[in-house]
Amino acid sequence: MEKKEFHIIAETGIHARPATLLVQAASKFGSDINLEYNGKSVNLKSIMGVMSLGVGQGADVTISAEGDDEKEAIAAVAETMSKEGLAE
Amino acid sequence: MTETLKGIAASDGVAVAPAYLLVEPDLSFEKKSVADAEAEVARFDKAVAESQAELESIRKVAAESLGEEEAQVFDAHLMFLSDPEFTGQISAKIKSDAVNSEAALDEVAQNFITIFQSMTDNAYMQERAADVRDVSKRIMAHLLGKELPNLASIDHEVVLVAEDLTPSDTAQLNKKYVKGFVTDLGGRTAHSAIMARSLEIPAVVGTEKITTSVENGQMLIADGLDGVAIVEPSEEQVADYRKKGDDFAKQKAEWRKLKDEPSVTADGKHFTIAANIGTPDDLAGVLENGAEAVGLFRTEFLYMNSNDFPTEEDQFEAYKKVLEGMNGKQVIIRTMDIGGDKHLSYWDLPEEMNPFLGIRAVRLSLKNKKIFRTQLRALLRASAYGKLGIMFPMIGTLDELHQAKAVLAEEKDKLVKEGVKVGDDLQVGMMIEVPAAAVLADQFAKEVDFFSIGTNDLIQYTMAADRGNENVSYLYQPYNPSVLRLIKHTIDSAHEAGIWCGMCGEAAGDSTMFPILLSMGLDEYSMSATSILRIRNEMKKLSTEELASLADKATKESLTNEDNIELVKNLMADK
Repeated sequence: MEKKEFHIIAETGIHARPATLLVQAASKFGSDINLEYNGKSVNLKSIMGVMSLGVGQGADVTISAEGDDEKEAIAAVAETMSKEGLAE
Repeated sequence: MTETLKGIAASDGVAVAPAYLLVEPDLSFEKKSVADAEAEVARFDKAVAESQAELESIRKVAAESLGEEEAQVFDAHLMFLSDPEFTGQISAKIKSDAVNSEAALDEVAQNFITIFQSMTDNAYMQERAADVRDVSKRIMAHLLGKELPNLASIDHEVVLVAEDLTPSDTAQLNKKYVKGFVTDLGGRTAHSAIMARSLEIPAVVGTEKITTSVENGQMLIADGLDGVAIVEPSEEQVADYRKKGDDFAKQKAEWRKLKDEPSVTADGKHFTIAANIGTPDDLAGVLENGAEAVGLFRTEFLYMNSNDFPTEEDQFEAYKKVLEGMNGKQVIIRTMDIGGDKHLSYWDLPEEMNPFLGIRAVRLSLKNKKIFRTQLRALLRASAYGKLGIMFPMIGTLDELHQAKAVLAEEKDKLVKEGVKVGDDLQVGMMIEVPAAAVLADQFAKEVDFFSIGTNDLIQYTMAADRGNENVSYLYQPYNPSVLRLIKHTIDSAHEAGIWCGMCGEAAGDSTMFPILLSMGLDEYSMSATSILRIRNEMKKLSTEELASLADKATKESLTNEDNIELVKNLMADK
């Protein structure tokens, strides 16, 4: 299993368009990918799951992936996070 | 059984076609336990697959008939439908609780709706709550074997039946198949009625009970000329009304011949007949009906047909398109009139006791200057592409006018400094719709290039009667001498100051009001594009000489609204 932590810096948190982009990035991989925040964990391939967490600015989240392409999956999510100015 | 319903004639023409009910079916269900959870999950998956196929076909039809942009609404629905968390939670619940799909769907959907709705600071998420509701409704309908009505999937000629039509409903109307509509609620000035006129679809509104009087597929006549709806008409009636429709179409064809004629009276005086529009798409109708100008471009539709504030670029493109399309003829664009009965999903405005007396139109613009400035920049940039007039709505005091003009001047300076081209024949005007401004019109006239009278609001504010409230609809009196005095004073004040005065309310295209306005010397008449040729035809029959005393009679001798209706009727009797 691969894990990585992110500190969310985007003013609006993970909402709307950024959430869609993260889900799109995650959906390209075969691994099970989860987003953990505030003791809750959701499928990162689910737009409704991600949006329902209400991740705001300043939040610390953990992304974990498990499967054949777990490394690539985490790298792709990290790339989206930084490219969109979502997290550091 | 034939049944005749009386309503309000909202848009001219006659439609005869089967009824299509835009009414939601009963989606109530019973919570049951299931013995075979696997089979129940399969049943749920089947309903999801059916919903998906249905949505894809709706999306396809919508994209073809209404355009890609309108069709994108359904993308969010499709995304939720295939969402692993949403469908996964439902399948899991069916298994863990051994309940039927309906109960599991309802509970999971409610959870998401509650979560999204609780994010009250975020209008985007609130809209997603509505999407979840829509999607779960669709799955529920498939589970229960019921059919949801859908405007975008209509593929044969119908007369649409609904309680009322929302702006998003009317945006999805396909003129090819929707031949007319009949509603329970609404009046002549309701949004749906205005849209019907701009789409040239016959409409009867305010029948009170059409939704319970007709069933899907039953023959229905919508007579938008006399405000009558007939359910299951006799063969004879069908023939009569088809003829009535044809006759009206012929008359319209006769008016069509006036398309390229100037608007002149019998004694050769020219007055401008202009069109009211809501989007650049309305331009086709404006040109087809031979408008001499656009007297009102209601920009709020740019804001309402969007999920976020329209950008400066989006607005610039829309304004430019209209200016270029009018090819040098004047275009009056009104800055946004949001508030009152017009709301934006992405803008949380305060709840007000009296929204029509609250923060709307220019009041809202002056409080939210950033949004106002974006619009003004777009307008100023567009002014280089035609003959633009910028108009501020709901001005009540000179101070408001000064503030609005100051912001405009600042933005103009900035653009000029940035080296952006701004039109040099730009006019700046204001609506006269607040009685305070009408009374003080002589002072306002010194500070603007033109007036445009907004009758709907001027009447409702003068009579202190909500135009949407049926209990006081008798007070909606366009010809009341009090209203006419305000109009006359406004026109006289404009002329004394050497500026022009127009009218962009529905009254400008009203056959009773028109001779009175002509007598007052109103310069510009802006109306639904579909009224233009009829009014041009009427103008041809009237001479300013014979109308000379009408204005004085209507404002000084008449005592009531009815007196003036009678006055004009007698005058026009031999026409």
